[in-house]
Amino acid sequence: MAGAIIDAQSLGVSYGTRSVWSDATFTVAPGEFVAVLGPNGAGKTTLLRVLLGLLYPSAGSVSVLGRAPRRGNAAIGYVPQRRPVDPELRLAGTELVKLGVTGRRWGIGWPGSGAPLRRQVAEAVMAVGAEAFAGLPIGTLSGGELQRLALAQTIVGGPQLLLLDEPLASLDVRNQVAVSHLVADLARDRGMAVMLIAHDVNPLLPVLDKVIYIAGGRLTVGRPEEVITSKQLSALYDANVEVLRDSRGRMFVVGLEDEHAHPHDRDRPATVGH
Amino acid sequence: MVRLIGAAAPRPTWNVVRDLHQLFHYPFMVHAFVAGTIVAVVAGSVGYFVVLRQSAFAAHALSEIGFAGASGGVAFGFSAVLGLLTMSLVGAALIGALGKRLHGRDTVIGTVLAFSLGLGSYFLTRYKGNASGAFSLLFGEILGISVRDVWVIGIAGAVTVGVLAAIYRPLLFASLDEDVAEARGVQVRALSIGFLLLLALAVTAAIQVVGVLLIFSLLVVPGAIAERLCRTPGRAVALCISSSLIFVWAGLAVTYYSKFPVGFLITAFAFAAYLAVRLLPNGRGGLASGIQRSPSPVEPSGASRR
Repeated sequence: MAGAIIDAQSLGVSYGTRSVWSDATFTVAPGEFVAVLGPNGAGKTTLLRVLLGLLYPSAGSVSVLGRAPRRGNAAIGYVPQRRPVDPELRLAGTELVKLGVTGRRWGIGWPGSGAPLRRQVAEAVMAVGAEAFAGLPIGTLSGGELQRLALAQTIVGGPQLLLLDEPLASLDVRNQVAVSHLVADLARDRGMAVMLIAHDVNPLLPVLDKVIYIAGGRLTVGRPEEVITSKQLSALYDANVEVLRDSRGRMFVVGLEDEHAHPHDRDRPATVGH
Repeated sequence: MVRLIGAAAPRPTWNVVRDLHQLFHYPFMVHAFVAGTIVAVVAGSVGYFVVLRQSAFAAHALSEIGFAGASGGVAFGFSAVLGLLTMSLVGAALIGALGKRLHGRDTVIGTVLAFSLGLGSYFLTRYKGNASGAFSLLFGEILGISVRDVWVIGIAGAVTVGVLAAIYRPLLFASLDEDVAEARGVQVRALSIGFLLLLALAVTAAIQVVGVLLIFSLLVVPGAIAERLCRTPGRAVALCISSSLIFVWAGLAVTYYSKFPVGFLITAFAFAAYLAVRLLPNGRGGLASGIQRSPSPVEPSGASRR
């Protein structure tokens, strides 16, 4: 597809001889909001790592912004899964945001170059609504606050594609909805495409354009209401899965409780086929 | 350890000019202050990153690996400092090459450390020489430091500080957020190995002053203090350097006028300062934040240099 942000054709990945998933064909258009769903260990983070150029595909082809994926692509903003932060660390949150601009530059930075940088940082902090806490010590920030600062650090470089790994994990429901909308607003205002890994699709439903569902070693791509159906998911999981809808249109997947109870392990290759 | 020669121990007159004059009367005290100052600057500048990267164990291991190298240097008849430098650099390269990620690297460090100590014990059996040489390496011998040692420390220190300044921002990025930095194209592996090599140089320099066993007082404690107090990395490194300078200078000055060994004094001052900092409130507000508050909540680091 011409002008696509991501164009994957028959893409496949494996760790050693073990295939994670294969034969994935999909595109992501500019400004599109894509959720990546699927059970633990299905290879969702693996997909992001391929797009970031940190992992080579074993089959097929993929282009990101018209080129083969490469490390350090400044047009991609990446927010990995959060690690716990040292609670003693009193470094201000703005310092994290600042590294989004200066983190690749050599040297210690020269005095006097601070004003434009501070403006840039302040603008990004305002864009994610973090003014109230961006100056506080990182060690005292909550998960939602850290997530907003991570977004600020990402957008400060002016990317065209956001890759977010479970940004809603360990947030309460209110924050899940808020962060979902924040990401969607940022993407619309700045013309960014978004690919976001999530466990629960419901906070994302109002803003979602496309779903990539990874399970059983393959990718199913389509609009949420096409992919998240009892028939599709039952086939994907090889189990009796039902998708229910409530009066507000929210979707509930029933029959996969065990899947979602697994502790998340990002480095585990796919062993799907339950 | 060299003690003062002469009849009575000097006493402070509490006249600052006269006391300083007295303090710097002997060349060995001048050497000690020069070496101590260099080491404090080097250890302080590395120290904040040791804490940020949670590399205290690596620092500990490198100093013991260096000790094995020093005994090897003596056993085979070349200098202890050269053996120390070589072995800690090799150890740093090994740890960096085997431990790919910052997280979960302790087992690699432990493995390399165990082998190095085994080598060290072999070297020690080969050289049946004076045990006081080993003692001075373990606890430092700053009062007996030679002009040549000062040069070794000075060159190792200059290289460390120079390279650290050159890789400062990418290293900070990689230390705080390894995954993002890697995706952004920062060479996190190369930086990781590079930092370990710098750490080996800093360890080599610091061992001359405080010895293998007391090295944490300069490599970790100032960093731990700065981590708990500073809102910007620039301030943190500055506080790191100045606090280790104070520990070393105070230790040297007090040892001159007292019976206490300098290593004990430096570690005691460092520990006392750390305890004092731990007593400060550490919440969202807290005293530590009050020091550096500025009008705008968005940019509290108004005086930042970068």
